[in-house]
Amino acid sequence: MSDSTASNVESIAQMDQLPHKTGSLQPRAESPLYHADLATLSAHSADAGGVEIKEVKLLGHLVLRGSIEDAEFLSGVKEVLGLDLPGPLQSSLQGEFIAYWVSPNEWLVLVPGQQAFQLERDMRSAMSGNFAIVNVSGGQTVICLSGANAVDVLKKSTPYDVHNKNFPVGKVVTSVFAKTQALIFRSGPESWELIVRRSFSDYVWLWLQDACIEYGLVIKD
Amino acid sequence: MFHIYCPHCEDHREEEEFHASGEAHIPRPLDPQSCSDEEWGEYLYFRKNPRGLHHELWVHAVGCRKFFNITRDTVTYEIKEVYKVGEKPSVTSSEKNQ
Ligand SMILES: [Zn+2]
Repeated sequence: MSDSTASNVESIAQMDQLPHKTGSLQPRAESPLYHADLATLSAHSADAGGVEIKEVKLLGHLVLRGSIEDAEFLSGVKEVLGLDLPGPLQSSLQGEFIAYWVSPNEWLVLVPGQQAFQLERDMRSAMSGNFAIVNVSGGQTVICLSGANAVDVLKKSTPYDVHNKNFPVGKVVTSVFAKTQALIFRSGPESWELIVRRSFSDYVWLWLQDACIEYGLVIKD
Repeated sequence: MFHIYCPHCEDHREEEEFHASGEAHIPRPLDPQSCSDEEWGEYLYFRKNPRGLHHELWVHAVGCRKFFNITRDTVTYEIKEVYKVGEKPSVTSSEKNQ
């Protein structure tokens, strides 16, 4: 019995999603908005405007699932990431790592892309029992919205109340965005992050361009 | 604007983030193999359709994606209470067949 349990643990698939150099092929990764070529657009973009958009490319996205009543799960996260998992609608920042509350037993952690695989392995060895860590780095991306009118773009895009009183800096919600959904995080008084699925990123990007026109859009690479 | 309180997010959210998932408190038969066709059919297909108080299962689909229960008046659409799965409703009808 214990043998089969041990072999089950061994067989958990852990995949480093970073591309590896094979033969003479140079490794490369394409972010979900690769095709939009923000580098070229930013070169022709206005210098100033009401809203600035930037894709934060190729970060490591780890989904953690576990119970807040499981001391070993919490201490494993603390040991590896150095942060306490946040409560409902809150975020927790520690150096280059940030954890967002997603649901009562689920958090999304953003880390530098090169570190995701190692951090996943470290957390797996720091925990036991019931927990899950899934590397979804290739499946979603982060779009930063900032500027004086960023809040106006959000008001057009989500039914959630983004007023200061209801949405202070540090808060995070998953809600309707345009006709899809996004994790919406307020990173500063005038800056917001949207975390969207890869397959919806083009739609969100097109939506944002249109929604930003009236305020003046600045594209950054 | 119609807001529903999610007991997991502890926040009022717009109705479009939610989906109704039918009648609440329907226990799966403990031993399906020994159910008669009628008992199994009742479990799978037959639901109350009351005029008045109704205990319903809802899911915060575009949000925390968790299920919870709502006691709702099907005549006025008024939500009487929201409670987590596993908890009992505090608002119940005195009528028979409820
Ligand atoms: Zn919720």
